[in-house]
Amino acid sequence: MSRIGVFVCHCGTNIASVVDPDRLTPAAREMPGVVYAADYRYMCSEPGQQMIKDSISEHGIDRIVIASCSPRMHETTFRKMLKGTSINPYMLEIANIREQCSWVHADKGRATEKAIGLVRMAVSKVSKNEPLYAQSIPITKRALVIGGGIAGIQAALDIADAGHEVVLLEREPSIGGKMAMLDKTFPTLDCSACISTPKMVDVGAHPNIRLMTYCEVESVSGYIGSFEVAIRQKARYVNHDICTGCGLCETKCPVKVDSEFNLGLSKRPAIYKLFPQAVPSKPVIDSESCRMLKDGKCGICAKLCPLGCIDYKDEARTVTESFGAIIMATGYQLVDWAAMYGEYGGGRYRDIISGLQFERTVNAAGPTEGHILRPSDGREPETVVIVKCVGSRDPKKGKSYCSRACCMYAAKHAHQILEKLPGSRVFIFYIDVRTPGKGYEEFYDQTRMDGAVYVRGRISKIYEEDGGLVCQGEDSLLGSQVRVRADMVILETAMEPSQGIEGLTSMLGAARDANNWIQEAHPKLRPVETQVGGVFLAGTCQGPKDIPDTVSQASAAAAKVIGLLNKSEMETSPMISAVERDKCSGCGACVGICPYKAITLQEIDDRLGAKRIKREVASVNSGLCQGCGACTAACRTGALDLLGFRNGQILEEVDALCL
Amino acid sequence: MSLTEGFEPKIIAFCCNWCTYTGADLAGLNRMKYPENVHVARVPCSGRVNPQFILRAFQKGCDGVMVCGCHPGDCHYSTGNYFTRRRFMLMKRMLEYNGIDPGRFHARWISGSEAAKFRDTVAEVSERLRKLGPNTKYREALREGADAGKGGAGI
Ligand SMILES: Cc1cc2nc3c(=O)[nH]c(=O)nc-3n(C[C@H](O)[C@H](O)[C@H](O)COP(=O)(O)OP(=O)(O)OC[C@H]3O[C@@H](n4cnc5c(N)ncnc54)[C@H](O)[C@@H]3O)c2cc1C
Ligand code: FES
Repeated sequence: MSRIGVFVCHCGTNIASVVDPDRLTPAAREMPGVVYAADYRYMCSEPGQQMIKDSISEHGIDRIVIASCSPRMHETTFRKMLKGTSINPYMLEIANIREQCSWVHADKGRATEKAIGLVRMAVSKVSKNEPLYAQSIPITKRALVIGGGIAGIQAALDIADAGHEVVLLEREPSIGGKMAMLDKTFPTLDCSACISTPKMVDVGAHPNIRLMTYCEVESVSGYIGSFEVAIRQKARYVNHDICTGCGLCETKCPVKVDSEFNLGLSKRPAIYKLFPQAVPSKPVIDSESCRMLKDGKCGICAKLCPLGCIDYKDEARTVTESFGAIIMATGYQLVDWAAMYGEYGGGRYRDIISGLQFERTVNAAGPTEGHILRPSDGREPETVVIVKCVGSRDPKKGKSYCSRACCMYAAKHAHQILEKLPGSRVFIFYIDVRTPGKGYEEFYDQTRMDGAVYVRGRISKIYEEDGGLVCQGEDSLLGSQVRVRADMVILETAMEPSQGIEGLTSMLGAARDANNWIQEAHPKLRPVETQVGGVFLAGTCQGPKDIPDTVSQASAAAAKVIGLLNKSEMETSPMISAVERDKCSGCGACVGICPYKAITLQEIDDRLGAKRIKREVASVNSGLCQGCGACTAACRTGALDLLGFRNGQILEEVDALCL
Repeated sequence: MSLTEGFEPKIIAFCCNWCTYTGADLAGLNRMKYPENVHVARVPCSGRVNPQFILRAFQKGCDGVMVCGCHPGDCHYSTGNYFTRRRFMLMKRMLEYNGIDPGRFHARWISGSEAAKFRDTVAEVSERLRKLGPNTKYREALREGADAGKGGAGI
């Protein structure tokens, strides 16, 4: 039989002025299992807590009920208090007689009746409480950052600078992401490479960072503090341990295919570095275009390489590494506008380019060495039309959201054209101009001063006529149709999550939002955490944003990871699901219902009569389980139960009220 | 004089810790007033509420049961309350089948900031049950001492 102590708090007059302690305390004393009941002005105060502790030893109490304010207020206070006594901190229930009784009821008699009911519920529940013990899980002091764009670079550097080991994993042959492709960055127009390449070099040289480029995540298991990640290193066919990156091999390769980095505006060989300042600064062979790998004929690079780095027999390898925390920084890609907008020619007209292609075009290291030229005939355009929100804010054909950076980089593009091509004309078609950011509105104003003509309306059609492009649309401010004959058109297209995000998030158990961006744990208060413990996010993988926001988020995620890795172990809540194996039939209904992938089916040895058998039962991973209890309600045999909120405890509460 | 005159229903409300329980606390902080009929049982998530709890409450003569959680999509545990929603659509039909007026059972989504909604819901449900009168369905059986065993398995 349990020995329950009940402690009624007056909370000054907050409780006592409505709920009568002189009725409540004696009533509690009569409840089953109660060996002691007392009331006091402030139970949470020093003397109040001392009184509880003294009574526990004096009356041999083995579990307590405190009738006071909400458990959301002082449950932790009282649990801490119990740590210094003979009883386990979880042998406690709180009857909320302030927020849910004295403060909301005026009739003293009826409020006191209700308080008695609430205390009875708590007393019944606590009679079924059992000691629970927080587990501590060890933390592997190592972080994995997935994605080597500016978000991943910044996060990796911050964590590494704090003294922790980081693996920065990138699936392309080089880190850098989109920022490496940009020419200048708004609103200050500093050159993108000048500010991002030093960071890339720092990453490559940092003693705490291990770069794993041309790699992909193959599988993830484990949980916060100890993730096991299988990483697949794609075959590079070049031995990076000896290669010095001299670049001789690239010069004589006979293959020419579209350059990914220059978005098809130039060609690259089959053995290539993504771009000249690539980190690592060593080439890989693209197996899909290499003649030697496809047909076994060529081998020029192997003959040329002075160090014998070329290895056509190289194979992909998978390594498994352990990490305490993971940051997702997989960024974005631009939508395939050609597939979505047939009315813009669907990709047939060469002089319609995307904003990112324009970045490569104006870049001094780009295919035209920074000269703004039409792809079709290499002439300088006189009139350029910029179309904003292509695929953004277009729920019918594209995405319903705003891609956030485009208003600003459209202004940047206009500015760059007007600066580089004096006498040219730029028309910008827009729905709205959104410039919330430091110095952004000023930048937009300046662009209009420069001479950019802003026309409010969507372009409904673009067609070719006499070697030019006719852009047809509506000026919605004038309410009339407009037609502009342009030499070149730039489409500022929508961002969407990087290809492959579905697979990666489901491996990690992280959720995606309606648009497939990674879902943050809370949009306001936990913006860089996912709902999976130990998995964080940074940059555009969470939603469209510009570089300043991306970098802030990356540093924020790094701070979270540093905080975690600074601990050597972490306490987990013991109020999680538990399986009674004898009852479990192994039906697996719980496996799919668990939002945290915390339940798996495990084979165990069992007996059926005299026979030894193997059968499957549910098994809960205490590092992953967050204690929501969804599985317990789904369990057909009642084998799953939630510690701290067991079926038996809740049923006792129900019974106590109905009595 | 009608049967229900002066009758005060006993109602149990299973409220999730993250939304409705917080909303109920906020009603207190704002000193809102509502009838004394509802007793809150705190659960981590509305998805924790086993239909068995509800059946047991009715079986033991509780006049009404509420299950309250975060708005769909806002569940602290992301998907918990979607299950709740599906489960309780079935629940209603099952209660009907068992001869319990489905009007005795209410599933409501009340967020942590919706203190007024909590107050209004309590008032509304209390009033409805006052009109429905006492739940006598299993009273007789109970009186005969057919006490069901406690702490049983799921249904
Ligand atoms: C045309 C254009 C102009 C812009 N101009 C500006 C500007 O002037 N100023 C500004 O502030 N912002 C600008 N932006 C926005 C800017 O590009 C982004 O804010 C920024 O680059 C986002 O960085 P990120 O690291 O989040 O993503 P990304 O740069 O996309 O990096 C993501 C990285 O992750 C890698 N990756 C993806 N999936 C995986 C996977 N599964 N496994 C491993 N690696 C993976 C990718 O290969 C990539 O390297 C512009 C954008 C565009 C389109
Ligand atoms: S936590 Fe509120 S319904 Fe799930």
